[in-house]
Amino acid sequence: MSVAPNTLGRLDLRFLPLAATIGLFLLMGLAGSLSYTGFFSAQVFLNLLIDNAFLLIVAVGMSFVILSGGIDLSVGSVVALSTMVLATLIEHHGWSPLPAIGVVLVMGVSFGAFMGFLIERFRLQPFIVTLAGMFLARGLCYLISIDSISIANEAYSTLAYWRLELAEGASISLGALIAIACLALALFAAHGSTFGRTVYAIGGSEHSAILMGLPVRRTLVGVYAVSGLCAALGGVVFTFYTLSGYGLHAVGMELDAIAAVVIGGTLLTGGVGYVFGTLFGVLTLGLIQTLITFDGTLSSWWTRIVVGLLLFLFCLLQRLMVRRPGAGSH
Amino acid sequence: MPDTPSWKSDAPGRSQASSHRSPQGEGTRASALLSHRLTWPLVTLALLLLVNVVANQRFLHIEWRDGHLYGSLIDILNRAAPLILVSLGMTLVIAMRGIDISVGAVVAISAAVAAWMIGGSVDGATTRLPLGVAITGALAVAMLCGLWNGALVAGIGMQPIIATLILMVAGRGIAQLITDGQIITIYYQPYFFIGGGYLLGLPFSLFVWVGVLALLAGLLYKTPLGVFVQAVGVNPAAARVAGIRARQLTTAAYVFCGFCAGVAGLLISSNVKSADGNNAGQLMELDAILAVTLGGTSLLGGRFSLLGTLIGALIIQTLTYAIYSLGVPPEINLVVKAAVVFVVMLLQSPEFRAQVWALARRPSVPGGAA
Repeated sequence: MSVAPNTLGRLDLRFLPLAATIGLFLLMGLAGSLSYTGFFSAQVFLNLLIDNAFLLIVAVGMSFVILSGGIDLSVGSVVALSTMVLATLIEHHGWSPLPAIGVVLVMGVSFGAFMGFLIERFRLQPFIVTLAGMFLARGLCYLISIDSISIANEAYSTLAYWRLELAEGASISLGALIAIACLALALFAAHGSTFGRTVYAIGGSEHSAILMGLPVRRTLVGVYAVSGLCAALGGVVFTFYTLSGYGLHAVGMELDAIAAVVIGGTLLTGGVGYVFGTLFGVLTLGLIQTLITFDGTLSSWWTRIVVGLLLFLFCLLQRLMVRRPGAGSH
Repeated sequence: MPDTPSWKSDAPGRSQASSHRSPQGEGTRASALLSHRLTWPLVTLALLLLVNVVANQRFLHIEWRDGHLYGSLIDILNRAAPLILVSLGMTLVIAMRGIDISVGAVVAISAAVAAWMIGGSVDGATTRLPLGVAITGALAVAMLCGLWNGALVAGIGMQPIIATLILMVAGRGIAQLITDGQIITIYYQPYFFIGGGYLLGLPFSLFVWVGVLALLAGLLYKTPLGVFVQAVGVNPAAARVAGIRARQLTTAAYVFCGFCAGVAGLLISSNVKSADGNNAGQLMELDAILAVTLGGTSLLGGRFSLLGTLIGALIIQTLTYAIYSLGVPPEINLVVKAAVVFVVMLLQSPEFRAQVWALARRPSVPGGAA
């Protein structure tokens, strides 16, 4: 793992949740490998990435929002809206895939930026604004169509079924590659750019960030624009996965994304956490699902219960570690 | 209704304070503040009712038939019952600086517990457990859910949104665990009275929410409890120093919120004669928060209005009714709801009002270079 061991050796408490998540992930992987035949293979691991590529992309965007001290409830609906717009543009209006994808991404950015503008300019609560955004995006889906639209475009399905052969019997999909690229870009943005530093500063204390002369207003709008972009990109990758557009796609995905970010060690109060942790948050969620599938006797709803339990444990851990009285606003 | 603390309205750093809390305390008299705060929700509700009347001439018509009152208004008051109940619980939690996003899941759990306990045969003659036990059991489980939330928030000190997120995620799993992933159909006739029966010519659910509202209003406005709740909402630390048992009070608020969600679960499962662990109470938490916000309760805690919440919930139900009666496709429901939230949100924002005000005044500035 790329987390430097010497920092862990010095017991930097900020790394503890991240280390715990990675440790848990490895432990669960080990337990799965010992219990089930065929579990320990490169393809099972790669499938984690392939099956959760859209969630990873959405969660990466969500990480920035949460790091800035906000929240974005609209991502699941924006994913659904993106699949819907893509499907209708390609199937009903005869667009070719690339311009359609471009339009969807621009739409995602604008949608996020609009919410960010409302939040920043009028000091509205992110929770309520993105809640309204959630209703709006979901409603727009139904305005396009209340039925599922399947994408039969040949070029599009070629993209969806394309696999990069990594080794003997181990391949990865285009969606997963996009997710990895997205993660790499986000890691750079979070730790190597003014934008990322400003996001952390705002999450720590917005007032201090303003006094430090950081571009707070621009960054706050930017954070929601990034989240909107990631949600739209997640929607594109989602259509690679399902080859359809539907208003009921990705219901509750905002919860999965928030859970992944929290399990990845980011504090919901903002300012503390790592985008890299989100990767392991998503992988852990995926691994739980894989384990339950491999087990075969447990029903699917156990996934939710276990995820809830994990959320509880990680929040407890964070709470015990970081005593920050008065940081209780949502 | 207690007033906005005076330090907010005349403190020197007013623009500073206004970015966090709306300085609506221009009218100093408590009664003036109350009327001011409920004005917008009432206007919204009146407009929606007007839309309904225009769309359907017989909207306000109420008649007596088969020993019951019939009419659109009665229908709205009846169908709004679950939302009103959940919103009342939510108001109390939000007034104390919290939020409970697990209520939808608790509705599903309560419905599932009640349906499982009633169980019984298809002819509806027998039950697995007596009806009283089933109802008490469902409400007890719902209150236990509230206690869990309260313990996480007040005991461990987690952020309310994340503490209740845990139950929101796990709750639907638990509900499905109880119903074994199926939709449990209820056949036992007497149970249907709760959500579909009539008492004195009025829907029984009406009495349920009026009862809970009266109980809550009595507790908050007739005893010191209301001031305590307000104090904790404005400043938890100061309230604790002043001798208020803030933790116990916060926990009690979450338990009450769980209770309300539990009653709503009973009403819903009784009304549709089944319990669906996956879909019962879906998005209810968002509607409830919306109702509370529409009613003028600040999400920042401290200021609350039970009447406002009632109006907020009725606005949502009337909006749904209007959309159906106008013959608009129900798909538009969500878009209209979003538009309403955006408008109300902006109207409630002091920054927005100030900017619109400045914009409106700008042309009249003599020799305005800007």
